[in-house]
Amino acid sequence: MELKFHIMGGDFSNAGSASSEIKRVLKQINVPSDIIKSIVVALYEAEVNIVAHAYEGDMVVDVQPDRLIAVLSDKGPGIPDIELAMQEGYSTASPKVREMGFGAGMGLPNIQKNTDILNISSTPGEGTKVSFTVFFKPKS
Amino acid sequence: MKVKEIVEKLGLQIYAGHQGLEKEISGGYCADLLSDVMGNSKQGMVWITLQNHKNVIAVASLKDLSAVILVNGTKPHVDTAEQAQAENIPILGTSAGAFETAGKLWHLLNYI
Repeated sequence: MELKFHIMGGDFSNAGSASSEIKRVLKQINVPSDIIKSIVVALYEAEVNIVAHAYEGDMVVDVQPDRLIAVLSDKGPGIPDIELAMQEGYSTASPKVREMGFGAGMGLPNIQKNTDILNISSTPGEGTKVSFTVFFKPKS
Repeated sequence: MKVKEIVEKLGLQIYAGHQGLEKEISGGYCADLLSDVMGNSKQGMVWITLQNHKNVIAVASLKDLSAVILVNGTKPHVDTAEQAQAENIPILGTSAGAFETAGKLWHLLNYI
């Protein structure tokens, strides 16, 4: 099953709606609740990253029998130094975005903590692609 | 303890989400950074914050939180209240600050 969502940069009033829809679908197909909780954190952070940093982007979520694969690709400023962006507390968010409680530099670390496989590729000036996989197996 | 009991015992105002007042509370989390709440709050917790925009309800809903308490007399934005009503997530309010509110809630949940 493949689900696609278009996400507009700056559209904070709808941030989280794509993640919410996927959460609903995962509940319907009886994915274990602790796995849903992890997926929701990762999806929301990736969705908000597009809203906060990019001009626009797409979230494509492929739900397979044993795993979820999410690919979020955006048109935006890109990330010049991914290693730096992965550091907890590092953020390039605007003051306005920070006032809302975003831009704490916890988004990408939250995605990493809640996924089994994470890949980030980016071309500065063009955009960023975040892909992650979460397996539907109980946590050890 | 249910949300309606803390409303009564802490004298909280109810701004929206009356349908959720029967929800059980598992604990509390106090933060104004949304990613902090996404990463560290747990299902059933009450979220104490001064953030009052619509994204608060998105986070509370995604994390299955029981209620939101706005501190320092902060009121929810109109679209925040509408979303809370639609998702049955109580938005509560107090003139007290986060420290005092968290302290009282912690005491209620642990000693009453």
